[in-house]
Amino acid sequence: MLKIENLTATVGEAEEAKQIINGLTLEVPAGEVHAIMGPNGAGKSTLSYVLTGRSGYEVTGGSATLNGENILEMEPEERAAKGMFLSFQYPVEIPGVPVMTFVRTAMNSQRKLRGEDEISAPDFIKKSREIAKQLKLDAEMLKRPVNVGFSGGEKKRLEIYQMMMLEPKFLILDETDSGLDIDALKTVAEGVNAMRSPERGMLVITHYQRLLDYIKPDKVHVMAAGRIVKTGGPDLAHRLEAEGYEGVLGEAV
Amino acid sequence: MDCCGGTDEHEDDCTEVTVKEGIDAKTVEAAKALESENYSAGFSTEIDMEFSPKGLSEDTIRFISAKKEEPDWLLEWRLAAYRRWLTMEEPTWAKVRYEPIDYQAYYYYAAPKSGAKYESIDDVPQEILDTYAKLGIPLREAEVLLGVEGAAETAATAREAPRVAVDAVFDSVSVATTFRKELEKAGVIFMSISEAVREHPELVKKYLGSVVPQSDNFFATLNSAVFSDGTFVYVPKGVRCPMELSTYFRMNAENTGQFERTLIICDEGAYVSYLEGCTAPMRDENQLHAAVVELVALDDAEIKYSTVQNWWPGDEDGKGGIYNFVTKRGDCRGARSKISWTQVETGSAVTWKYPSCILRGDDSVGEFYSIAVTNGRQQADTGTKMIHLGKRTKSRIISKGISAGKSDNTYRGLVSINKRAEKARNFTQCDSLLIGGRCGAHTVPYVENRRADAQLEHEATTTKLSEDQLFYARQRGLGEEQAVALLVNGFVREVLQELPMEFAVEAQKLLEVSLEGSVG
Repeated sequence: MLKIENLTATVGEAEEAKQIINGLTLEVPAGEVHAIMGPNGAGKSTLSYVLTGRSGYEVTGGSATLNGENILEMEPEERAAKGMFLSFQYPVEIPGVPVMTFVRTAMNSQRKLRGEDEISAPDFIKKSREIAKQLKLDAEMLKRPVNVGFSGGEKKRLEIYQMMMLEPKFLILDETDSGLDIDALKTVAEGVNAMRSPERGMLVITHYQRLLDYIKPDKVHVMAAGRIVKTGGPDLAHRLEAEGYEGVLGEAV
Repeated sequence: MDCCGGTDEHEDDCTEVTVKEGIDAKTVEAAKALESENYSAGFSTEIDMEFSPKGLSEDTIRFISAKKEEPDWLLEWRLAAYRRWLTMEEPTWAKVRYEPIDYQAYYYYAAPKSGAKYESIDDVPQEILDTYAKLGIPLREAEVLLGVEGAAETAATAREAPRVAVDAVFDSVSVATTFRKELEKAGVIFMSISEAVREHPELVKKYLGSVVPQSDNFFATLNSAVFSDGTFVYVPKGVRCPMELSTYFRMNAENTGQFERTLIICDEGAYVSYLEGCTAPMRDENQLHAAVVELVALDDAEIKYSTVQNWWPGDEDGKGGIYNFVTKRGDCRGARSKISWTQVETGSAVTWKYPSCILRGDDSVGEFYSIAVTNGRQQADTGTKMIHLGKRTKSRIISKGISAGKSDNTYRGLVSINKRAEKARNFTQCDSLLIGGRCGAHTVPYVENRRADAQLEHEATTTKLSEDQLFYARQRGLGEEQAVALLVNGFVREVLQELPMEFAVEAQKLLEVSLEGSVG
């Protein structure tokens, strides 16, 4: 379970620092999928960075725990080893580093941090093959440098590939639907749905209701000005689509 | 892109680049913490050494020549170089700064006392073997012993398993040459240059100084006067050398300058791949290293020369370390010949080095692949010269510079297209990666073109190790140092691929060690 209580956080250095997260409280129990929707500038991406430990974001108050452990004090790689995974809105290119090398290094590094043995090469390749097939990823693509020359859709599918390889305990999907055509969206959603399990929680950050047709959330939260301002069931997403954020938020504030 | 005519110069100085949030401030701190313990080759061996008189004079040169039982012509050659050197001035154009060198404070010859050359590997003092073992050099490997004992093996079977013949230079003297007999069977001459002077004087006389003349430059001239030992390779017509040849250099004695002289000749249609590795123990004083390497490729011959250099770079305050002033040049003398330089430079306090190709033969090809890493207070000014003389000559330059800490890293290159070099082509790519905000990366590519039909391409990039990439890798579970190592390996991959397999692995490890503590 991911538990966030009264979290406040700023972006930027010293006097330039701006408070983006303003007392956010949220609980995502294991086994549930929650969606966060909200207008541009609401702090959705900032929340994902604060939870995963990106530098330049400073927590000024409140707490966040994953399965009872305070994650805010941990280095990004320690959080990853504890099972936090962020599917990036804009996946980063890493020239010269093949996908397989990258993911295997990441996987073994996580295992090491958890005190587990490294995965053997044959096991890794077998697992990679199965997941690539499921995501309709070309085996050749996994030999190419991470995200270099990939289309928007390929990049997002590669994020899901990494997620399925690393089997995290908690997933944050940041605008995973952006840049995807409908076929790619379906493939990605199938991958994410395959990851649903009673032990695993998910936070799906999205602008549009469209993604939620494929990844059905248990709850929908509306975020504005750095806080959760409204929470409801899947139908809330439809209302947002119909009435717009202004309509729904006007009533909440 | 065509950059005909004139000289093209531009500089990027990262000290002027605005520091990006987060990582950089920490990096500077981490660079400060750069510890000399990171240098895994920093140990010295206690053995009795025999030295020449300290300092440089005609007597020193006569001493060296006598020790090596050299013929008169070579003594005269050395003396001529010395007299020339006295009239020359140390060059100052490179972007490196160091205290003036007192040439009288060095010993110009140091040799293990128990004899200059060993009959078999069993005669080599244990301390020396231990030193090599620490460096991971397989002198005593079973395969090598086979070579020493002269097991009846043909060159053809040698080709099946990739093996390396080692000519190890301990300070000034070649202590063991392995695989010698097997190479002899193939007709390949692989020995120390002192031996070659005795056994193959006609070859040495013909080629010595024919690529890097005595008068070439201050350091090369000094080397010509005092060179102590080095490697000689001759691959006869049509022979593909059955194994990689390798020399490990190591400087051990205090206050010794090391002046190796390497001469490699590939006769018509021959091929050789040569690996050079260097290490030096930690010492507070600056040790001087001024080597000369000459390569000659005749018609259709190919020489591949790879270097991994991790001389002691000095401590975090810039104290100690090697001054590496090296002249390396290859002459593509024959038509369709090819010379390829690959270097991984991670060490030395000051590096001044421009492995070059003279593309004399028509359709000859020159290549330069380089990774230069500087950290702490290291300074590197390195690059290449591609001199196109023959028709349809081609050259390719891929340079990857990585600067961290408070170091300075300069690529300096010259592409020269001569009047007769019709349809010459060059491709140059210079990429610089900056880690932190207090290092410098500079690119100084000169082009001299006298042909309208030349095709010259130049690409240059300067990037900072990106915070986005680091965070992405860490979010997936990589520790910060591991993430840096992975990103850097990606950056230099094109060049690493040019290295022979076993060297590539070593180079990868070296990169990691060299950049330890470069981010915090």
